[in-house]
Parts: sequence; structure tokens; C-alpha cells
Amino acid sequence: MSNEWPLWEIFIRGQHGLNHRHVGSLHAPDAEMAVKHARDVYTRRNEGVSIWVVPSASITASSPSDKGPLFEPSNSKVYRHPTFFDIPEDVGKM
Amino acid sequence: MYAQMVKSEATTEAPELLAGFQARIDAGEKIEPKDWMPEGYRKTLIRQIGQHAHSEIVGQLPEGNWITRAPTLERKAILLAKVQDEAGHGLYLYCAAETLGVSRDELTEALLSGRMKYSSIFNYPTLNWADIGAVGWLVDGAAIMNQVPLQRTSFGPYSRAMIRICKEESFHQRQGYDIMMKMAQGTPEQKAMAQDALNRFWYPSLMMFGPSDKDSVHSAQSMAWKIKINTNDELRQKFVDQTVPQAEYLGLTIPDPELRWNEEKGGHDFSEPDWSEFFEVIKGNGPCNAERMEARQKAWDEGAWFREGLMAHARKRAAAKVAAE
Ligand SMILES: [Fe+2]
Ligand SMILES: [Fe+2]
Ligand SMILES: [Fe+2]
Repeated sequence: MSNEWPLWEIFIRGQHGLNHRHVGSLHAPDAEMAVKHARDVYTRRNEGVSIWVVPSASITASSPSDKGPLFEPSNSKVYRHPTFFDIPEDVGKM
Repeated sequence: MYAQMVKSEATTEAPELLAGFQARIDAGEKIEPKDWMPEGYRKTLIRQIGQHAHSEIVGQLPEGNWITRAPTLERKAILLAKVQDEAGHGLYLYCAAETLGVSRDELTEALLSGRMKYSSIFNYPTLNWADIGAVGWLVDGAAIMNQVPLQRTSFGPYSRAMIRICKEESFHQRQGYDIMMKMAQGTPEQKAMAQDALNRFWYPSLMMFGPSDKDSVHSAQSMAWKIKINTNDELRQKFVDQTVPQAEYLGLTIPDPELRWNEEKGGHDFSEPDWSEFFEVIKGNGPCNAERMEARQKAWDEGAWFREGLMAHARKRAAAKVAAE
């Protein structure tokens, strides 16, 4: 059995109440150590107030070859953006 | 540059596939780990990112050498933070390399067996405190020159690692220059130490960018793939032009009698480093090659019980948790 520590994906929430954001990965024997390592590797300059660690093996990613079928349908739906609609200036701020 | 003379790997895929890949790069798209990529691109990147990571890690040794002997508690804390950053840089880069299908242990073993290299600069000794100033100022300065354009490299994980690293490097160079200012404005003996450090680190710093473009056989493919953004000579020229006024401010003399401003090219003329020395250092015959590898080997061997022990503990706890459920 390999003794290489498994890989973890690290997510950090910054000071300003935004979502946890993926910042990178690191190796650690378990979740507890992953949090400790993440503190040292990814928050040396006050980058965060909260850390999530997730085993990389637990992540399911969309496949690059599905890029077309997954994301193209939204390309043609420009009406989802507010700028699609012309609102007369007289109406005021909307 | 932390990755010198990275050999580009040959690629044998179908021309249509290669052209499609090149078109993505030319369009400024980022290549991500699960995307299709030529074998040569993958292997060249593993070599380059791996060499870069090894350089960050081995690069801790010459500076770590002075942590316990820093002249004040503040300098000690600063140097400790700087060296800790370099460990972080190594980790960001190893992770980027691992997305290409190589394991951390494989990379470490390749370094220890000598199959993979690290930057020639870290095979020079740090003899006294002024050298710590010169390393931050010149070595991190040269590294920044190379790393800033690499933020735009085509491989997503490498580019993101470079962005993180660049945010932290400016502190490294400034703390070094700050040491140099203190020394250069100190007693005549201290100023002489600063000058001596500059004398010894100047040419090895110029070597960091790798051999001259005319002798650099691996550049063309890497530049087309945006693994390399500028040529060695371009970066070296930029580094010299940036450093000359900084040395002047310190009242120190760059150890090159040929150094002068060339109005026509809008840059300095300067002497090439001794390339035969560079090739000797790369081959393993620099002043500290053996010492650096011994230190890495020792850390790897003596850390084995710790790596294994924590893993055994983690497995035991995971098994106990499953049993309890
Ligand atoms: Fe670094
Ligand atoms: Fe560095
Ligand atoms: Fe640095």
C-alpha cells in the first residue's frame, strides 16, 4: 500500500462574506491535518476566516468533451441578461 | 529563472490534433488538466514545473542557513517568513505538476536520484549575512523577472500557481534590498561585505536565466506552447537594466568592467557569465551541489517514520469510524 498522503482540495472563505473559493490542493494524511496544512500553505497573509477541505478523490468533474452540450444552450439565451431589453429613458431607473 | 534548459519533449500526434491544440493556445485559452494535450506538452511541463518546484524547496537551504544567526529578532522573523513562503511556492508548484499525472513521491525521487534538476543558483554558498541580502535582492529579483510573465502561461494550474507566487515575491526582494541598504549604509566593513556579496552573486544570478538564446535549443517549441514567454536573453537584459540603478543607489559597483549604457539599444551592454562554470554547476560540480542533495536526502529519510506514522494513524481512525457506523 502506498504511503503517499492523499490529495485534498482546499476552499477558503475570505474576510468579506463571499463564498468559499477553491484555492488549490495539498497532501495530508487526514482531514484534520489537511486543515492544519491549509492554514500554513494558503492563509499566511490573512487570506481567510474559514477553511473547507475535501478529498480530491471525492470530486466529480464535468468532462471537457461535454463542454458543448453542457454550456452551449445558454449561449443562445441572451434574453437572460437584462441588457437584452431596451427600456425607454423616460421610464427612469429600472 | 528557476527552470533552466528545460528540454522540450518530441510530440508525435496527428498534425490535425496538434494544429487544433495550437489554435487554442494562440487564442489565449487556458489548457486544463483533463483537456486533450500533446504528450510533448505534458512531459515538458512536468519537467519544467517540477524543476521550478524543486528550486523553491532546495532554495530554502542557503537562506535557512542564516535563520538562527540573523542579526536581530526582527530580521530572524522576517527571514523565517520568507523561507516559509518558499516552502509554500514549492507546494503550489508540485500540486500543479501532479495534475499532469505524476505523483509527489515520483517527483521527489527524481530530484534525489539526480534525474531532475533545480536552479544552478542554489549551489552557491551563503557565507555571511550580506549574502542573505544579496539573495533576496538579486536571486528573488531574477526569479520575479521570469515568474511575472509566466502568470500568462497556457497551462491553467501552472498559471494560477504563478499568480499566487508573484503576490508573495515582492516582499522577498524588498527584504533583501532592505538588508543591502542597511549594510551599504553601515560601517566601511559592512559596506565591504555588501560589495563582496554582490561580487559573488552577480554572475550566478545572470546564469539563472539560462544560456544565451543562440545556444538555447529548447526554446522554440516551448514558446509556441506558451510554456516559456520570453527568451533567456530578453529576461537577462531586463534584469540588468533594472538592477543597475538599484546598485548605484546602494553605492555598490557591479563587478563588470564592460557594463555601460548603450543609447542605441536603450539598454546596458554587459559581460556574459562564464558559461563553462554554469555547465559544471548543472552537471553537479558546483560548490554546494553535494551538500544540497545530502540535506534533501536526509530530510526525506528522516521524515519517513513521520509520513508513515501519520498515514497509519489516519487508516486506523478511518477503520474505527467505519466499524462504529
Ligand atoms: Fe519562491
Ligand atoms: Fe525564491
Ligand atoms: Fe522568493
